[in-house]
Amino acid sequence: MEYGVVVFYSTSWALKAEKVAKEGGFEVKLIPTPRQISSDCGTALRFRWEDREALLALLESKGVRIEGVHKI
Amino acid sequence: MSFVYLDNAATSFPKPPQVVEAIAHFLTHIGANAGRSGHRLSIEAGRIVYQTREALAELFHISDPLRIVFGHNVTEMLNLVLTGFLRPGDHVITSSMEHNSVMRPLRALEREGVEVSVIPCSPEGLLEPAEIEKAIRPNTRLIVLNHASNVTGTILPVKEAGEIAHRHGIFLLVDAAQTAGVYPIDVEADKIDFLAFTGHKGLLGPTGTGGLYIGPRVPLEELRPLKRGGTGSRSELEEQPDFLPDKYESGTQNAAGLAGLEAGVRFVLERGVEEIRSHELELTARILEGLSSIKGVKVYGPSDLSLRVGIVSFNVEGMEPSEVALRLDEEFGIMCRPGLHCAPSAHRTIGTFPKGTVRFAPGIFNTAEEVEKAVEAVRKIARR
Repeated sequence: MEYGVVVFYSTSWALKAEKVAKEGGFEVKLIPTPRQISSDCGTALRFRWEDREALLALLESKGVRIEGVHKI
Repeated sequence: MSFVYLDNAATSFPKPPQVVEAIAHFLTHIGANAGRSGHRLSIEAGRIVYQTREALAELFHISDPLRIVFGHNVTEMLNLVLTGFLRPGDHVITSSMEHNSVMRPLRALEREGVEVSVIPCSPEGLLEPAEIEKAIRPNTRLIVLNHASNVTGTILPVKEAGEIAHRHGIFLLVDAAQTAGVYPIDVEADKIDFLAFTGHKGLLGPTGTGGLYIGPRVPLEELRPLKRGGTGSRSELEEQPDFLPDKYESGTQNAAGLAGLEAGVRFVLERGVEEIRSHELELTARILEGLSSIKGVKVYGPSDLSLRVGIVSFNVEGMEPSEVALRLDEEFGIMCRPGLHCAPSAHRTIGTFPKGTVRFAPGIFNTAEEVEKAVEAVRKIARR
């Protein structure tokens, strides 16, 4: 299984994203941000890479601000 | 002696057992610093803080939970808006029923060049909305109103004030210290731009919790934070983050307290604000009726129950409020609050300054029997 992570400016936004994603039926998990990704927020949202477009569209539609998306 | 606690306007007591359990659970099993470290307990702590935002968002009809910022009490949140949003040359309108949590920051700002208009209320504490509109000047920036008086329980017309504020392109700050959890609040329908609340009164949480809703009309770049510091976000920058909620949430959160607050708000949501209100009004009606029947007792505030929350101020002829309260406590085990209730302007408005009043404030856990006991105690005190 290939995974990606969404990183955020703030944990509050990560928590909102987790909630929105789970309600949308996505399989996601909050994890410590992988070290190689330059982000300060210690928490990232891991998702299945194949869900990338649908998940990002959902987050955008719900007004969740994201800092970036990375494949891991 | 059995005790009767009628000081819920100062802080609610007792708390629902769920509140105590949630705090104990947090301190026993979670304990980590929310939003800081990314390990499972830190995430769990962050999740609890987030869930608290969600519960409050549901209660106040707020569409985005991240528009709620947390602090330690309503006073801190009122200070944030008043000192952070008003500049010398700005004009602010308030009522004569305000608590010192609004009056003191405004008087300090006045010395720095902010213009302050205090709209007189009636002796019952009622505010005529048209008077607000008449006070508007070209430099008016903000209307700040007590949602309900902590002295008389009088409800002020925030919905009308919200309409006026929107019509004139200015902003409305509501002090919901005495209404959050016990009176319906809908920030969108009521056009509230800033809703400041405390966690330890009608929301049934612990002391040391409070919050502020900041509406979408508010330009964040014009609202300075009260304090700056670590947020767990954008640590590479020495500048404060510019986004909600981090801009206004520096320093470690009272996550244990917020866990309790979430449980308190969930309790309110399950019981229903309308049901809580109807219980408190039933008790208030009994108190009003009982006290009014006692010779030598004067009761303050509007006679129309729909214009009140569960707060009753009264005086016994020929006695100081502190003396009445002391005897209620020592001889009858009834706890209440005498004096000026940190609201000298409100007492001037109702004609009880500087003496003050005795205040009964029933809560969701008081019974009809308890308030009858309190009324009978006043009857005995007034007779002697």
